[in-house]
Amino acid sequence: MVSVRQAVRAWAVEMKFSLVDQTKLVTAASELARNTLIHGGGGSARLEALEDGGRQGIRLIFEDQGPGIEDVKLALTDGYTTGHGLGLGLSGSRRLVNEFEITTSPGEGTRVAVTKWK
Amino acid sequence: MASPDSSILPAVVRDHQREILQQWIAEQSSGSNARSDLLSDAELRQQSSEFLQLFREAVQAGNLGNVMGTEWQGVRELLATVSKANAIRGFTPIDTATFVLSLKRPLFQQLTTDAGSDADLLARETWTVTTVLDSLALFTTEVFQRSREEVISRQQQELMELSTPVVKLWDGILAVPLIGTLDSARTQVVMESLLQRIVDTEAGIAIIDIAGVPTVDTLVAQHLIKTVAAARLMGAECIISGIRPQIAQTIVHLGVELVGAVTKATLADAILYALRQSGWSVSRGRS
Amino acid sequence: MDRIPILKMGPFLLVTIQVDMHDRLALSLQDDLAERIASTEARGVLIDISSLEIVDSFIGRVLANIAAVSRVLDAQTVVVGMQPAVAITLVELGLSLPGVRTALNVERGMELLRAALESETLGSDGDASTAF
Ligand SMILES: Nc1ncnc2c1ncn2[C@@H]1O[C@H](COP(=O)(O)OP(=O)(O)OP(=O)(O)O)[C@@H](O)[C@H]1O
Ligand SMILES: [Mg+2]
Repeated sequence: MVSVRQAVRAWAVEMKFSLVDQTKLVTAASELARNTLIHGGGGSARLEALEDGGRQGIRLIFEDQGPGIEDVKLALTDGYTTGHGLGLGLSGSRRLVNEFEITTSPGEGTRVAVTKWK
Repeated sequence: MASPDSSILPAVVRDHQREILQQWIAEQSSGSNARSDLLSDAELRQQSSEFLQLFREAVQAGNLGNVMGTEWQGVRELLATVSKANAIRGFTPIDTATFVLSLKRPLFQQLTTDAGSDADLLARETWTVTTVLDSLALFTTEVFQRSREEVISRQQQELMELSTPVVKLWDGILAVPLIGTLDSARTQVVMESLLQRIVDTEAGIAIIDIAGVPTVDTLVAQHLIKTVAAARLMGAECIISGIRPQIAQTIVHLGVELVGAVTKATLADAILYALRQSGWSVSRGRS
Repeated sequence: MDRIPILKMGPFLLVTIQVDMHDRLALSLQDDLAERIASTEARGVLIDISSLEIVDSFIGRVLANIAAVSRVLDAQTVVVGMQPAVAITLVELGLSLPGVRTALNVERGMELLRAALESETLGSDGDASTAF
């Protein structure tokens, strides 16, 4: 998880994101990586640099083959947790990025993709 | 070395580089193309000769079909530099594109001479030169546009910072008098610079005065509230002063209490409070 | 496993977090601090996070827990030096750590702890609860 954070930070610095945006992205990555690890039983993290009509962005994709999420809407509510967390990981990281996309179904794992534009 | 369709362009540019350069410079300084007000003759000569040299090398390398190829990297880099410099100096994108397009005539003239009576060859070469130069001109426009946008957004940022100075009122006390319409972007800039100044000046108290703000929408109110919360996390206290009745309504309507924020009616009240908070006592001197 | 050092300064404990904290390290800090507060009868804990580049919900929760646990052990906790970008992010994440006291830097944090201790000893004259 620490290495995911460091990789995201390095990319965000390289792409000259503002310090606040760097911090937001790294924090979101930290939350999502932890979910993949704890709730998803481990999985993968991928980074992509995006370029869209002069706009630059970073996309992070977290994937696991864990139990999936039954009620996504509920999981995205502030304070909802099935564990001992604060239930802010998903809902909070959504606020830290520009685009947030979650694909999951029970028994088939979870994929969360987030994008932050410069 | 030789291009597959046995173009004579590489040879033409190589053998007549000097003539082409001279004609090109003449072309650029003539009539409506001239921009001597913005670019000195020496600079123009320098730019043109550098470009032609790189152009010659690229043409020699043979990839005439694709100016985005690696053979053209040098040319593209030079053009990017020129476009950026032009954007900053106040040229129009047309000026910059014209720099490239005006090379057409000298090249055509030279090609016509060298192609002799071979009309087919001439037509083909003309077409090649046209596509290459058009693509390069388009490229300059693109870079120009992007640099322009960068300049504008930097200026906007500077303007925003200028229009909302964070002032040090007293040892340990900062104030930001907000004046004029607040949009979300400006509020964010102000708030970030306020928080940074709190660190820089080690100020324990920050006063945000919004008496000069005509309206506050929910997004702006939210930024204010978040700033207060962030300042508290950093160990500083925020005072919001000058809240008009409607703005108070907006804030209440939002359903968020200003947790941790002290509110005062006027900037004067806020200053008094801040001084007392930091251990000063204020009293009127005897006259 | 590495641990974060805890320094004793008079009646207070001082912790400076200088690494990118992984979760286990944060948890062991929480345990170690509880132990040390009890064993040294410390009256205050100062946690300097000025070199910390992020605080996510996990670390946020650990800080809140430390504050809560030390309160039960009759010690005040002050978190100092949070960077602006970190604070902005934490607020956006939805964490405002209401139970945690904060200060700009170590010096101010110390002042705060000292003042708290002083007002307590002054105000608790004849208060049986402080006479262990
Ligand atoms: N990758 C995942 N696989 C399965 N379930 C998940 C996954 N990510 C999140 N969840 C479910 O969504 C809930 C909410 O997640 P969220 O990250 O918001 O809170 P948390 O992880 O429980 O606590 P916190 O992140 O605040 O420490 C989790 O409790 C869990 O039930
Ligand atoms: Mg989580």
